[in-house]
Amino acid sequence: MAKVSLQGVSKFYGKVQAVKKIDLEIIDKEFLVLVGPSGCGKSSSLRMIAGLEEIDEGVIKIGDKEMNNLEPRERNVSMVFQNYALYPHMTVEENLGFSLKIAGLAKKEIEERVHEAAGILDITEFLQRKPSQLSGGQRQRVAMGRAIVRRPDVFLFDEPLSNLDAKLRNQMRTEIKRLHQKVSTTIVYVTHDQVEAMTLADRIVIMKDGIIEQIGTPLDLFERPATKFVATFIGSPSMNMIKASIIKHNDQLSMKTNDGIIVPVPKDKQNSISEGQNISFGFRAEDIVPLKFGQKPSSAWEMQSSVNLAEPLGTETLIFTNFGEIEIVSRMFTPEQVKSNDNLNFALNLDRTYLFDEKSGLAI
Amino acid sequence: MNKKQINNILIWFSAIILIILIMTPGLWVVLTAFRPQVDVMAKPAVWIPRNLNLIQFETMLFGGSEGSMGRSPIPVLSYLRNSLIISFTSTFIAVLVGTIGGYGFARHNFKHKNKYFLLIMLTRTIPGISLSLPIFIIFSKIGLIDTHIGIILVFVALNIPFTIWLTDGFFRQIPRAMSEVAMTDGCTKLQAFWHIELPLSRSGIASAGIFAFLISWNEYALVSNLARSTDSKTLTVGLMDFTAQFTINWPGMCALAVFIIIPALILTFMVQKHLVTGLTFGGVKG
Repeated sequence: MAKVSLQGVSKFYGKVQAVKKIDLEIIDKEFLVLVGPSGCGKSSSLRMIAGLEEIDEGVIKIGDKEMNNLEPRERNVSMVFQNYALYPHMTVEENLGFSLKIAGLAKKEIEERVHEAAGILDITEFLQRKPSQLSGGQRQRVAMGRAIVRRPDVFLFDEPLSNLDAKLRNQMRTEIKRLHQKVSTTIVYVTHDQVEAMTLADRIVIMKDGIIEQIGTPLDLFERPATKFVATFIGSPSMNMIKASIIKHNDQLSMKTNDGIIVPVPKDKQNSISEGQNISFGFRAEDIVPLKFGQKPSSAWEMQSSVNLAEPLGTETLIFTNFGEIEIVSRMFTPEQVKSNDNLNFALNLDRTYLFDEKSGLAI
Repeated sequence: MNKKQINNILIWFSAIILIILIMTPGLWVVLTAFRPQVDVMAKPAVWIPRNLNLIQFETMLFGGSEGSMGRSPIPVLSYLRNSLIISFTSTFIAVLVGTIGGYGFARHNFKHKNKYFLLIMLTRTIPGISLSLPIFIIFSKIGLIDTHIGIILVFVALNIPFTIWLTDGFFRQIPRAMSEVAMTDGCTKLQAFWHIELPLSRSGIASAGIFAFLISWNEYALVSNLARSTDSKTLTVGLMDFTAQFTINWPGMCALAVFIIIPALILTFMVQKHLVTGLTFGGVKG
């Protein structure tokens, strides 16, 4: 059993509080991804779990054991670093076996376990090489091998793919997911890349400024963002977000943008909102589509606008257009040619429009 | 001839002049060591040696027959022993303490760290010889004049700042993640240092050691004050034994100088090799 729990954990660097009393329960064998912009406290949290940073406040437990005063080596965790941190003076085999040698295992067992790990990661043929003779992807694999060879309770990944080029990153991402299926150990994975988070995680923790914005499955976060920040952070392209205030219009609560555009408040939100409230409303690119090329949603609001720019991507086309003064992006899945300056009728799906209180940033 | 060729010739010409300027005194010392006194003292000077011999070396190392100057041989072997004991011991202590210090400065944050570092480096700006009088007075009060320990202490103090400076730089080059991953791999801090950081910085430590050794080995001014007898006189100070009230045995002195230069020369070549680093390359993003 290796669940991990953080209870009221804080981290200070001088006067700056990098992590602010976070609570987090990581279930045994779960793949949990900590994601957020740089400086959000995700790496500090990971390093506190590893024991590389002092825990200034709160308790961290692995299994049922409190970790606060234990050294990294006593926690039975393995960490994979962004820059791999392979031991340059050792061969791949020595790199993999180092932790076992320190633990005082017999030579034969070390060899067996090193070869087993090398087999899992497909690096057996490089065992006698030095790290400097390996490519980036191979080094990353060795770093992972070094982590699994110890059979730790928890794997900690600190942005392991950010040094790789795009193609290799996709490939390694799949491999990490496969690795998790093979070894089925709890994984805590830190990244700033929402795509990595979405594709890898069982659950995602979104952090910002040292606090947890939302915890949930990738689809949870995508479908039901709890805050404006989560809504814009998850998903690509980013959710369109427009500031507005609530007014009464034709006896119905409506949202009036700064440019004076009036959009009715979605029906299910009518009761949870009041006149005069300042809000932002957001919608994803696929929820505003040119009527000509898409199906009209059941509860639609229409507008006419000219195309600023179109990006055909094959399966989809991104259309940049204006919503008043603000540029928004629309995504259509029909393979039709759209040109700049085309005048199109767009339909916004009100059922899939998100409202956020401007002051608190919380979803309404 | 174009401009580039003229430039090349000028560069080579100046380089050769420079080399001659630098090398001549050294070569003259070596040459003098193998020449008879009469040749050396001849006026007008004899530039091309007429005959060469090993008499000075024989006399120096094996006592030889009564020298041409009618002087008893100089206790070179005692001086050699003193030099070796003093240089090796002081180097060992300086590198040990300095490496720990360098590691501390590279890896740990503490209050006023930069000021302490500057302070330690500032001690290097004081000319060693200006300390000789205070050191002499203190040592004479506590009985360290003419002892190995006294001279070793002085060299250790001289060499530690440099060792700290050099090893600090080397430890800084090693990514912190290296020791962190070692610690999650099951190492204590000390094991991480021993297995990972120390091997990775060994070129730096070796260079620091060689520099410290050369400084101790070649030092003259301070030891000439602190060493009084064969108990502690080093080879460099021993050079002065070749001077008498009215005469100087130049060939003998030069023979000893050659004898001193050899280990220094070997070590200098080793520095060259060790200063080529690139050892940490490959462990991190390449």
